[in-house]
Amino acid sequence: MACGLGILMRRRFDGAVCNAMTRAFPILIVLLAIVAVWYAAAIGMNAPWQNDVYRRGDITNVPATQFVLDTRNREKPVLPTAHRVFGELWNSTALVAPNKPRSLLFHARVTFSATALGFAMGSVLGILLAVLIVHNEAMNRSLMPRIVASQTIPISALAPLIVVIGFNIFTGTLGVPTDPARLISKAIISAYLSFFPVAVGMVKGLRSPEAIQLDLMHTYNASPGQTFWKLRWPAAMPFLFASLKVGVAASPVGAIVGELPTGAVAGLGARLLAGSYYSQTVQIWAALVAASILAAVLVLAVGLVERLVNKSMGARPA
Amino acid sequence: MSQLQFYLALVVGGLCAAALALSFATPFEAGLLLKAFLALGTLSLIRFFVPIGLWADGALAVLGAVALLTSIGVFSPAPAFFWMALIAARLFARLFVERLSKAIAPGYADNAGLDLLIPVMFGLTILVAREVITRAGNVPRVILPPPSMIWARITSSVPTLLADFQQTFKAVLIGYALGCGLGFIIAILIDRSPFLKSGLLPLGNFVSALPIVGVAPIMVMWFGFDWQSKAAVVVIMTFFPMLVNTVAGLNASSAIERDLMRTYAAGYWQTLMKLRLPAAGPFIFNALKINSTLALIGAIVVEFFGTPIVGMGFRISTEVGRMNVDMVWAEIAVAAVAGSVFYGVISLMERGVTFWHPSVRGA
Repeated sequence: MACGLGILMRRRFDGAVCNAMTRAFPILIVLLAIVAVWYAAAIGMNAPWQNDVYRRGDITNVPATQFVLDTRNREKPVLPTAHRVFGELWNSTALVAPNKPRSLLFHARVTFSATALGFAMGSVLGILLAVLIVHNEAMNRSLMPRIVASQTIPISALAPLIVVIGFNIFTGTLGVPTDPARLISKAIISAYLSFFPVAVGMVKGLRSPEAIQLDLMHTYNASPGQTFWKLRWPAAMPFLFASLKVGVAASPVGAIVGELPTGAVAGLGARLLAGSYYSQTVQIWAALVAASILAAVLVLAVGLVERLVNKSMGARPA
Repeated sequence: MSQLQFYLALVVGGLCAAALALSFATPFEAGLLLKAFLALGTLSLIRFFVPIGLWADGALAVLGAVALLTSIGVFSPAPAFFWMALIAARLFARLFVERLSKAIAPGYADNAGLDLLIPVMFGLTILVAREVITRAGNVPRVILPPPSMIWARITSSVPTLLADFQQTFKAVLIGYALGCGLGFIIAILIDRSPFLKSGLLPLGNFVSALPIVGVAPIMVMWFGFDWQSKAAVVVIMTFFPMLVNTVAGLNASSAIERDLMRTYAAGYWQTLMKLRLPAAGPFIFNALKINSTLALIGAIVVEFFGTPIVGMGFRISTEVGRMNVDMVWAEIAVAAVAGSVFYGVISLMERGVTFWHPSVRGA
């Protein structure tokens, strides 16, 4: 990478550090540019309203610095500045008890539990389906079209229906208490979104061993179980983690959309909706950042597990 | 006869025989057509001695479906042999499809639309099974309305559905075109700068993993309740997949091909238009396909945050509140059909544009 910093550092540090720096440097610059644009836009987008205030109060000749400060400190800004968003994030996590509805941690926990449960259900279902499909030709021909067809239903659009009906079924006929019922109905949407990439990826992965390798297992007189655990399963690991990452990115969407309608009071989605009802822009942005952090943490966690698994299987770093 | 066909034929014949035996407990006149189906189904066991054509299985499946649909109200509650007949009819359909796909497998170019029959059969089986199960099993309407009820709702409220569809699809199309176009142009621009590429691409990958639906309330606040706010969210959703895929596609042409262009003294733009963009085609169409599903779902979900009193997402959320589930399913059906058509059109375009790619040539 042709960046001055990298060349400069190459003289002093070892290759690894330099490599990380040269990789991070462009990202940092782009991030800085985004923040700069953000602040400029925050002034620009809040300016019309501020001018209105000045005109009504007959205030003229406002100094530019005062104008900038005023646009930033508005109660309900059109676009809040970054430091206000992170201030709100700090206020609603560190300064509030985590079990209060005012705390974002409380809402994040609700969304996280639905996401994690749904992701777990979806991945297990996806893996089981893939195992069935790979081992049984009849299953392959009858399940695969069904799996593909299942994704033509816009499930996020069905979310209100599933949440309401699932909640009623679980609390009514099955006698589940309200909180787990709400959790499971949201998790179902997450599971529906995340099982598809896992199933498709795992089918590919379990089929990735070549004929010559399968033949070798055959010459060893390996049972189907042995072939599965010693050849197919390890060979499918890269595919599994690639598709798990797609699935884990899709599952918070399911949980958040499941929290939108139907008077949910807890969860990041409910927080977003409440913020939008009362025009609490700073609150919306804080919830949005929290949701992004949640999604990023989940993806990173899957990546970490991938590394551990690769290491324990003795894979060489790529 | 393959192993699968053998077992299917055996199970379906046995099932029909057992159901027929059970049905003798009811009065003779009740559900005559159903009993005729079961008798014929039992008779199909002679295939183990005299071969019978695959069309007989197809006819039996259709007969079974008609018999089941007409005798829904006859027995109440539905007895065991009724459900066995349902399973038998599905198995006949399965057997038919299995034999048909084997028969046309050798790849005759003119199988006269027979390969189209397989997905049609598949869809019909699901519809009939759902109709029979919901009506004969007395599934509450609120949980799963029968397809006939959804169809009745679709035909009786065409103007509403059309208005909703127009409102939502306007946002989808405009947002999709803007988002994909912008992603494409930015990708070509940053392709010339390795610095921007290494700065923007990780961010693009990261943003694709975020729940972008969350920006919906902000966009509604900025652009108002009408379609503009939905289009804005669709732009954000579709931008990054397009950017990442186009950049990857522009790198798809190999060094030797680029060297060849240089020996021809081709300039940057010539290389771009004649080599690199065509080579990027499969990647670009991949993004277009991913985005086509993202865009529709995105636009519907944003409507949960606030709309004028028209739009598919608006209709879904309000009708759920009123427990008008058939209307919700009508909207879902429209969305599924529209989404599939959208996807299908893009796939057709892909076949036309990237005809040279192995994945298209092989199919």
